[in-house]
Parts: sequence; structure tokens; C-alpha cells
Amino acid sequence: MKPNFQNSANNPPETTAGSTGIFTDMRVIVPLQGVVQGGGSGVVLGSIIPCALFYFLQLYLKSKNRTGDDPSAPPPPQLPEISPPGGELQRAQSVRSIWSPRGANGQAQVSSRGSSVIKHPDSPYHLGLKRASENPYDESRNPDGIIQLGLDENKLSMDLVQDWLMVHTKCSTICQELQINGITAYHPFDGLSELKMAVSGFMSQVMEGRVFFDPSHMILTSGVTPAIEMLVFCLADVGNAFLVPSPYSPDLDRDIKWRTGVEIIPVPCRSSDNFSLSTTSLNRAYNKAKKRGLKVQGVIISNPSNPVGNLLSQETLYNLLDFATEKNLHIIATEILAGAGDDKNQEFVSMAEIIDSEEYDRKRVHIIYGLSKDVSLPGFRVGVIYSSNQNILQASKKLARFSSISSVSQRLLISMFNDSRFVGEFIRTNRERVERMSSLFVGGLKNLGIKSMKSSRGSYCWADMSGFIRPYSEKGELELWEKFLNVAKMNVTPGSCCHCIEPGWFRFCFTGLTENQIPLVMERIQKVL
Amino acid sequence: MAIEIVQPSVELSKIALSETHGEDSPYFAGWKAYDENPYHELHNPSGVIQMGLAENQVSFDLLEEYLESNLESSNWGQKVSGFRENALFQDYHGLVSFRKAMASFMEEVRGGKAKFNPERIVLTAGATAANELLTFILANPGDALLVPTPYYPGFDRDLRWRTGVQIVPIHCESSNNFQITPEALEAAYDHARSMNIKVKGVLITNPSNPLGATIQRKVLEEILDFVTRKNIHLVSDEIYSGSAFYADEFVSIAEVLESRNYKDSERCHIVYSLSKDLGLPGFRVGTVYSYNDQVVTTARRMSSFTLISSQTQFLLASMLSDKEFTRKYIKINRERLKKRYEMIINGLKKAGIECLKGNAGLFCWMNLSPYLEEPTIESELAIWKTIMHEVRLNISPGSSCHCSEPGWFRVCFANMSEETLEVALSRIHEFITTRKQ
Repeated sequence: MKPNFQNSANNPPETTAGSTGIFTDMRVIVPLQGVVQGGGSGVVLGSIIPCALFYFLQLYLKSKNRTGDDPSAPPPPQLPEISPPGGELQRAQSVRSIWSPRGANGQAQVSSRGSSVIKHPDSPYHLGLKRASENPYDESRNPDGIIQLGLDENKLSMDLVQDWLMVHTKCSTICQELQINGITAYHPFDGLSELKMAVSGFMSQVMEGRVFFDPSHMILTSGVTPAIEMLVFCLADVGNAFLVPSPYSPDLDRDIKWRTGVEIIPVPCRSSDNFSLSTTSLNRAYNKAKKRGLKVQGVIISNPSNPVGNLLSQETLYNLLDFATEKNLHIIATEILAGAGDDKNQEFVSMAEIIDSEEYDRKRVHIIYGLSKDVSLPGFRVGVIYSSNQNILQASKKLARFSSISSVSQRLLISMFNDSRFVGEFIRTNRERVERMSSLFVGGLKNLGIKSMKSSRGSYCWADMSGFIRPYSEKGELELWEKFLNVAKMNVTPGSCCHCIEPGWFRFCFTGLTENQIPLVMERIQKVL
Repeated sequence: MAIEIVQPSVELSKIALSETHGEDSPYFAGWKAYDENPYHELHNPSGVIQMGLAENQVSFDLLEEYLESNLESSNWGQKVSGFRENALFQDYHGLVSFRKAMASFMEEVRGGKAKFNPERIVLTAGATAANELLTFILANPGDALLVPTPYYPGFDRDLRWRTGVQIVPIHCESSNNFQITPEALEAAYDHARSMNIKVKGVLITNPSNPLGATIQRKVLEEILDFVTRKNIHLVSDEIYSGSAFYADEFVSIAEVLESRNYKDSERCHIVYSLSKDLGLPGFRVGTVYSYNDQVVTTARRMSSFTLISSQTQFLLASMLSDKEFTRKYIKINRERLKKRYEMIINGLKKAGIECLKGNAGLFCWMNLSPYLEEPTIESELAIWKTIMHEVRLNISPGSSCHCSEPGWFRVCFANMSEETLEVALSRIHEFITTRKQ
């Protein structure tokens, strides 16, 4: 293959994803084109004059821009961004960058991706996290602080991991890393093969030997967030869409859409069905996307589902695979293996188990494992992309350089995962603690007259507070959320942030609490009822 | 049941299929040759010597010594598990103590000539991620960043691949030692505008990769004036700042801004990393330092995609804040790099090869243009291939760095022992002698 680096003076640099080179030329012509596409030459004629005026206005503003600096005059406002080719879709946040500069000297503007964070008023999800972190509850030092029930992290078994680290971490672990640096001088960005093997062993152990995870099908990343984004970048172009069953985790709005320019089409699930996913609703959402002219590239699910917390049944997974095969879509499944275990009522079924069967094309299924939750040490940041699709693996491997796990963490994890005795004990103990906390919390809510979805998995509880909101609408729900934050001094996640179509549901993450804090939490919740 | 149609597998995105990752370029092809036949003093003395990897291994003994002597074993586990600090850990904000440590270290590297506010530090998993992140924030798909040539080949991927942003080169020439001139800046800007491409900023690397030279203060001032005039951003990638041989020869953009009382500083952003100066590429520690509040806020949120593990932060926080250690390390590191540089320059000179006068970095910019058959890229690649296969050295051709003049090569000298460097030099000597005959 001829090397791709012609003398750049003669060849303009190539553009990448999407025909982005073209639209800049069209910047001045679009209004006309838009009208023409609207159909009918009469419409065209009737609209040419205002468009021509617009055209000349743009030229005027451009030439004014070019005539050097006039520090006393604010620069002309930025013209609206043209939507990327491929559809009239636009997330509310991304289009506009009309900008009023601070001060007399204009500021160099940031991109629409940059400004969307600032322009879009913070959602309750973000606001709540912020308030809780600024004024965190502490039993002794800040008893009036905000209790954090909005962060989906498991600290229940942190002490086990910390104890292990205290005993097993030696200077040699770290220095070994420096030595290795000296010899090989090349780090695979998608994780050391020793770690992949250790991860494979760990995951098998958690799944009680039901699945073998092939290390050569793994890409390791610094967490689930980059893993999701990487897969989205690999599977979809700007303007494409993914179907996502709702309610879904608020983080997905960022992970799937923000930098990729990809859309989410929610597939609403209802309490009447226990929020289960049906092929009917998938089809409905798919057709809706089609009507909007959006190309759907796949479905993104989580198991246990977040925020509801239920496990997807084997039948649901099979139906999903049938649907994906029929429409030729990808499936991205985020799984937390800590959800696995000997639950008599319902067993956790991993996608990895299902795609073993011959019927389905393995190349369309990609699984993400969030090991940070399994390992119960916030801050470890380990995600695994698991796929049999070689093209995806190759592309992800190259993308992994932007989100690599530090060698320190890798070395620590290798030792920890290889200590199968510790792992076994940890899995058992952690499971017990999560179950216990869950039943205490759910029980506490029940005593207050609050019903929650039955689930013994996940580190959160999905509770129905619709009886306590007035009016029965998103507005009522957000008012209750505010009361939670300001009166009860706790941060919880309202269902609307999770795109739940039924108002009144709230997610409470309880694995950041200790047992003796539960009575206090229940007391505070009572204040807002 | 639908008829089974044998189809190509489910579709992938344009990004997944694009070549913009650049891993098929000669820059990376050389690595493959090395991987297949790596030099080893004892086991494979005729193997390929890796001189295409800009890594710093000359000072890791200092790190090892510090780690071993300053932290008792019981303390290790505590440090790493973040026993006391975990309660305060806040996700993408990063550990306060670590951000303070980074700010302190960055100040030390600049000899205290600039101050850094820990609140403006955003942590990323390496400079690669920092550069990509800034590009996402500062430019829209289709926009361009102006980058002086020759530049680090990885930029083609880091700045363009997922972001959809373009690079428009600022051409620099050997006639003035590849320094950036106001004329070249204007020419690049006009060229972009003539193609109807919106320019959002200038990205410089200071000290420069692959030149191995610092940018002079006067030039920094000119660049700053230019970006202010055009109302665009300036990104200064200063990952080699601790690798300048003479502390006073490196001027950071931070110093220039400070001397201007931070006027117009909101368009400036600095990228830093521990990979080169501290020789810790595996730790994946990078940072975006921005003088623009909005960029800091956005970058912080965006850093969720590229977080540094808390264990790494815990581990490095105390080391980087230890001024006695960092001062000593920086000083000795500079001296050792300087020594290596002189060794390679003199060795090459003896072989009749000239290099650009450099004063920083982990590499030198070697001029083989007198030895090209013709002053073309093809000849450059021909000689590069010969050097790779016959002389068995992996060096980086200037064309991969988009150099406008053929015949220049980047040769790394800090990722090997002195003995290996001697072997490499003798091989070059032999090669040139043979070629002259």
C-alpha cells in the first residue's frame, strides 16, 4: 500500500468521517438548497429574495470579519452551525454557537461540542452530583451534608480490596513496571496480555465456569465510558442512531452521543411489563427512526439493566438477537458480572453464553464488562470490550490509545485476579453485602409506603414515588427531586433524567452507604413525603 | 423465516474503516521491522536497533531509587489503596493532591518562571488523549488546526481521526533552521481560507518533535500575536519541556503570558505529560492546562473518557510534590540527555553527517539529503529502507513528519543504553563509508 503522506503543500489534507469538506463550501448556499428541496419552483422564486438577502448579509459579515482588528467593536456573532449531512436531526444542544463574547475583545470560540456543555443548562442528574460533591455528608464532620445516592458506585467491599492491596503491594510491583519499561519499551494500548488472561480467569470465576472468555477477543480500556464510546465510533457514522431501551442510565447520553454525533432512539419500557424489553417496542422504535430518516446501526442494552436493576431473561436476549439479525444490526451489551450468582429465582445470563450457539452471527454482538464495579474500588477504571468481530477488535485496539489503563493498575490487577482464593472470597462476600444492603434499603422504603422494582442485583433500587408527586408529571417529579436535594439533603436520580416515560420513578444508589446510615436515610426521605 | 443471504458482515463506521489512524505509514512500518528482529546485546547483536521510539530511559534509575528509599513497604499498600483519601475522591476532578503535585512539577520544570493553578489542571490518560480532547473542544468537524512542519506523525491520528478536524501545515524550512515565521503562519492561514476551511487554532510543540529544539521567545511572541489577530486558539504541547538540555533555553508559553499579565490568555492551552520527562509512558498521565474557564469545565467533563486511575494518582502525588527530588531529577535528566545528544552528534559528524543544532528532546534531526540520489521523497524512502534492512536501524523518515524538504530523519537516542548507541553509530559510520565509495 502506497504510504499516505504526499507533500502536503500540494495536497490538501484529507478529511475523515463524513463529507465534512463539502459543507463548508455550502455554508452560504444552504438556505437556497433547503428551499429547493422543499419542492416547487414557485416556492423557490418566492424565497429567493430573502435568501439572496441572507446571502449578501453573510458576505457582508464575512468581509467585516476579515478587515483586521478593531478591539473596541465586538466581533459579529457566529453564524449558526450547519447540521451534518444525513438528516435534519439535531440534538437541541449541538446546533447553535451564536455567541456573545465577554468584554470588548472577542474570545476565540470553542466548537459546538465544546459549547454544548456550557449552553445546555445542567440536568438534575449533573446538578445533583455537583451539589452532593460540594457538600458531602460525613457522619462526624458534616452531618448536615448531602447524602450521595446518585452515584452508581459500589463501595461496600472496598475494605476487602484495600486490605489486600496493603498486604500485597510491594515496591517491587511498581519497580518491576519500570524495569519492564526499560526492556520492551512498547506498551500495547489495549492492555498487557497477562492482564487479559487474568481478566479472563476472573470473569470465568465470577460466572462460575459457565463461560470461557477468550483473552484474544478482549480490548481493555480505562472504564466502561470510553468502551461504549469506542464501540459507537466503530459502528456508527455521524447522524446514525442506536436503539436504547428506556429508562436508561443518564451517562449514556454523554457516552453515546456527545462526541460521536450519533443519536439515541429510546425504546420505552413500562412498569406494567415490569420494564421488560419487547420485540414489539423494538420494532416500533425502529420504524419511528426510519420515518425520521435515521439509519439505525444497533441496539444498546445493559444487564442488569440500569436504572431498573432487573436481569434480562434468556428469552428476552434470544428475541433481541432475532430482531438484530432480521434488521442486520449490531448489539452492544453492557454487563456487570457481579450481577451473576446463585439467585434461585432468576439466573444472570450473559450474552457470551448465548452467542455460543451456532444460530447467531457472533460478529454482530459486542459485550462490555465494567470490572470497576465488580472489583468495588472506585477509581480503578477497568473496562473490557469483548467481541468476536475482528474488524471491531482491530479498530478498537487502535482507539484504545486514547483510554489506556495505567501500567500500575494493570500490575495490581494481574496480581489480584490471579489470587483466586481472594477472588472467590471477595465475590461471595461482596454479593452477600450487596444483597443485604438491598433488602435493608428496599425494606426501609417499603415501610414508608414506597414500592420498588424487585431486584436483588445492581447497586441501586428503582422506586415508584408517583404517589408522592403532584401533579403526576415530569414537573411534579422534578419538584420532588428538588425537595430531596434541599429538604432531605440527599441526591437521588429522577426518572426523567433516565428518559423514563412514566413520571415519578427515582433511582437510589445504596452501595455507597453503610448499614447504620440506612435509618438516617429513611428518616430524611420521610421529610419529603 | 427469511432466506439466508450470505452478506458481508454487519457494517462498520467510516471511522473504523478509515486509514487516518496512520498505522500503515513508514513511521509505524519501521516498528514492525524492529518487533520482528529486535536487537539484543547478547542474544541478537545483529538485530534491528530501535531508534524510532521517543522514550526516555536514561533516568529511570533515579525513579527507582526514590521509590525504594522514600517509601517503606507498609506505606506502599496504603498509598496505592488510597486508604485515607478515597473518601474525598471525586471522579473526573481527580485527586486534589495529585493536581497540586502536577502543578508543582510543571513549575519546577520551568524553573519557577511560571505559576500553575491546580484548578486549571484537567487530567487525561496521556498526552495523546489530551491533544485529541482539546481538538474536540476547540474545533468542529471540517475545521482546521495549523501545525508547523515537520511534526510528530501521531498528530495525523490524534488530532484528526475521530474528531474530523483537519491539519493545515505551516511550512518551515531548513534555511532558517525550521523556525516558524510570521510569513509561514499567514501563508498557512490563507491557504486554509482559500479552501474554505475555518481555522480554529495553531498547535505547536515546544520543544519540537522531531526537531529536538526549543522555540525561541521571540517566535513565541509572534505566534501569540498572530493567534490574537486572527482570534483563534493556541495549543502548546510542552511534553518535552523537562528534556531541554539547558533550563534557561526553554521558554514556555506560560512565561510569555505571565509577562503580558495574562492578557488574551483565554485562547491558550498547554498539554503536558509525564511520559517523556519522567520516562513513565505506561502510567498514562497527561494533562490539559487551560487559561480558559469554559475549556477547563468542558475538558473536565470530557475527561470521563480518559481518566487516570486513582491508584496512579495516589502513587505519584507525593513523588511529584517532593521538590527536593524533582529538582534533582530534572537537573540530572537534563545533563544525561545533553550528554547523549553530544555523543550522537559527534558520532554522526565523524561519519560525515550533519544534524540540526538541537537543544532538547530525546532525538536529533539528522540531515541525509547530501546522500539522496535525487532530492525526492522516493529517494528518501529508498535510503530509509536501506537503513532499515541493511544497516538494521529503525529511524523515522522526515516525510512521515510532513517535512517539506526530503532527506531529513529523526533519530532517537534516549531509549537505549550507551553501548547500544555506540553500536548504532558504528553501523552508520560503516554505511556512510561504504556509500561514499
